[in-house]
Amino acid sequence: MKKQILICCGTGCRANGSMNVVDAFRSEIGKSGADADVIPQIKTTGCNGFCENGPIVKIMPDNLVYYKVKPKDVPEILEKSVLDDQEIPRLMYKDNEGNRVRSQEENPFYAHQQKLALRHIGKIDPENIEDYLELGGYEALRKALQMTPDEVIAEVEESGLRGRGGAGFPAGRKWRTAASYDNFPKYVACNGDEGDPGAFMDRSILEGDPHAVIEGLAIAAIAIGAEEGFFYIRDEYDLAVKHVKKALEDAEARGIIGESVMGSQKRLHLSVVRGGGAFVCGESTALMASVEGRVGEPRAKYIRSVQKGLWDQPTVLNNVETLANIPLIIRDGGKKFAEIGTETSTGTKVFALVGKVKRTGLVEVPMGTSLRHLIFDIGGGIIGDRPFKAVQTGGPSGGCIPESMLDLKVDFDSLAKYGAMMGSGGMIVMDDRSCMVEVARYYTNFLCEESCGKCTPCREGLRRMLEILTDICEGRGKEGDIELLERIGHAVQDASLCSLGKSAPNPILTTIKYFRDEYEAHIREKRCPAGVCKNLTRFEIDEAKCIGCDMCAKGCPAGAISGEKKMPHRIDPSKCISCGSCREACRFDAVKAVGRGQEA
Amino acid sequence: MEVSEKRIEEIIHSYQPDRRYALAILQDMQREFQYVPREGMEALAEELGCPVSSLYAMATFYKALSLVPKGRHIIKCCDGTACHIRGASTLIDGIRRELKIGPGETTQDGMFSLETVNCLGSCALAPVLVVDDVYYGKVTLEKLKEILQTVREGGAV
Repeated sequence: MKKQILICCGTGCRANGSMNVVDAFRSEIGKSGADADVIPQIKTTGCNGFCENGPIVKIMPDNLVYYKVKPKDVPEILEKSVLDDQEIPRLMYKDNEGNRVRSQEENPFYAHQQKLALRHIGKIDPENIEDYLELGGYEALRKALQMTPDEVIAEVEESGLRGRGGAGFPAGRKWRTAASYDNFPKYVACNGDEGDPGAFMDRSILEGDPHAVIEGLAIAAIAIGAEEGFFYIRDEYDLAVKHVKKALEDAEARGIIGESVMGSQKRLHLSVVRGGGAFVCGESTALMASVEGRVGEPRAKYIRSVQKGLWDQPTVLNNVETLANIPLIIRDGGKKFAEIGTETSTGTKVFALVGKVKRTGLVEVPMGTSLRHLIFDIGGGIIGDRPFKAVQTGGPSGGCIPESMLDLKVDFDSLAKYGAMMGSGGMIVMDDRSCMVEVARYYTNFLCEESCGKCTPCREGLRRMLEILTDICEGRGKEGDIELLERIGHAVQDASLCSLGKSAPNPILTTIKYFRDEYEAHIREKRCPAGVCKNLTRFEIDEAKCIGCDMCAKGCPAGAISGEKKMPHRIDPSKCISCGSCREACRFDAVKAVGRGQEA
Repeated sequence: MEVSEKRIEEIIHSYQPDRRYALAILQDMQREFQYVPREGMEALAEELGCPVSSLYAMATFYKALSLVPKGRHIIKCCDGTACHIRGASTLIDGIRRELKIGPGETTQDGMFSLETVNCLGSCALAPVLVVDDVYYGKVTLEKLKEILQTVREGGAV
């Protein structure tokens, strides 16, 4: 039987050299002189979500998966695993017990996942519409065309699907409202302006399964009666833009969209708009201003965009992941979808599990999965088995959740209750070497830069809070700063124009709430407990632990570390720039952060 | 590429004369000339019948657009959260030492521009550096030196 070689070519795997692996396979197969009936098919797929271990190569139907494949491994893979049925253990994933596992299903990173939105990714070639059609693609659209718009909307309502972009607004209700207006033309749009740092599920879906999103958007258009739609995609996402454009061309060439949607009387034209690199454009009204070719500033939503959106016409805007779920809901029914997840948050959610966790990547799990399960079972725990400190959810406007809440079941409502939010699903894990004050400063700096400047509370409030946080991080913090941050934070929450401003103080307020002691250490003792804030930190080598391996000295950018091989090293404080490279490099935990004022 | 009236006209006329394409047209100019030239905005304003100031507002609002020419090689250092906590600021400091430029600046010889970006969606490879659209993952200070050297010599790593 002919085998298939599936090579992950998402942005992550490309960065790890997957295109060289593809070339190596092509040329090796050419050289091998194998018979036509055994020549394997090579498929370049979208992102498998486990980018850290890329390039990922899957051999089907054997379901044998290799990680970190290099071009030099290719001849061996071809000989042993493609033309023969042997395994190459060194390329297989090592599970927690150290066993090498064959399939994705046995890999602990994937074993607990339930893939709905990511269902096709890694299985199909996103640039080939045939692959999508073979797996039943566009059948849901065909079905929707045979239903009344009302039935389509009812199905989505029954599914309980809530917007995956952050706010969690019920998609069905949004569609219902837009459908209720008799004001034509109407528009549909896909929000692919994934701006939350630390989240990349939308990139992965647009790159890896563009037709699913197109199908979802087409169904939305039919449900509300729109004939034109847009994909607003971040400027930074080259590959996603390329794949969606190609997919739209192919779908149009096949008569799936265009002047007649699958042979029906309905028309639908979809196009891609490239974002301009502004975080605020992920906000619905700002995004629409940007699509119209204006500065992407939000407006006050006295009138919702479902009534007056693009060019003041009724507009439905859904997030990428939301739309990717739609074909499934129409195909299998909303009821089936609603059986997954929790009562108020149905279905699954894709999280980007990143930061100081052993296995990083995209993880799709049912709503209501606990943080502990996500971080420790799927993520494998903290790098170097260091202590867990916090997980930041919901992007820059989200919050930091401490260890005491690890058993929290994650859904839209539970996170909001604790001052955090689901956001788009970024989940950044932090260990004891992450400084919570610095993290708050980082997010505030981000939001300060990205604030569009239209309303005063957000523009000025964030700037003042950033100044205070910077002072604290640099050792100029004073009594009363924490209380002042809280006061300004609440004012910004109450008075900002759009939800970006309203949620901007979340990182500050949650870190104060759960990690007040760290703020106090910075202010009162001029000490950064995590050893991150440079002005407050000095590094020292514990002579008892140092074995003189010289790793720290090699990595030191300032040349501040000296010592004989196999003898304890020392750091020259006059040269040290407190970058912390030595602490990262040391495998014996011999480098310690100490406060600037303290002598060890 | 040298700014020419002809290229500007070509870019503008590859779209319908509709306000909604303003951002796309400005982005094409940015790609072509490494910045948005004043002549470009003026020509586009005339074509669309809108004030130049409204296009200037866009050119200063959107990060993808720049009013001054960028260097030949664009280094994008990701300072998204995942990269940040895995050492992006160490890399930015490293670039500052190596090239004497900070974020938003261009080297005097016009060789490199440094930009920080808020997440490239490659968090699993943090910290990430992109030079001329080639992604480099898990970049260390040592690897940074190699990357810069190779780019200077005109190749990809």
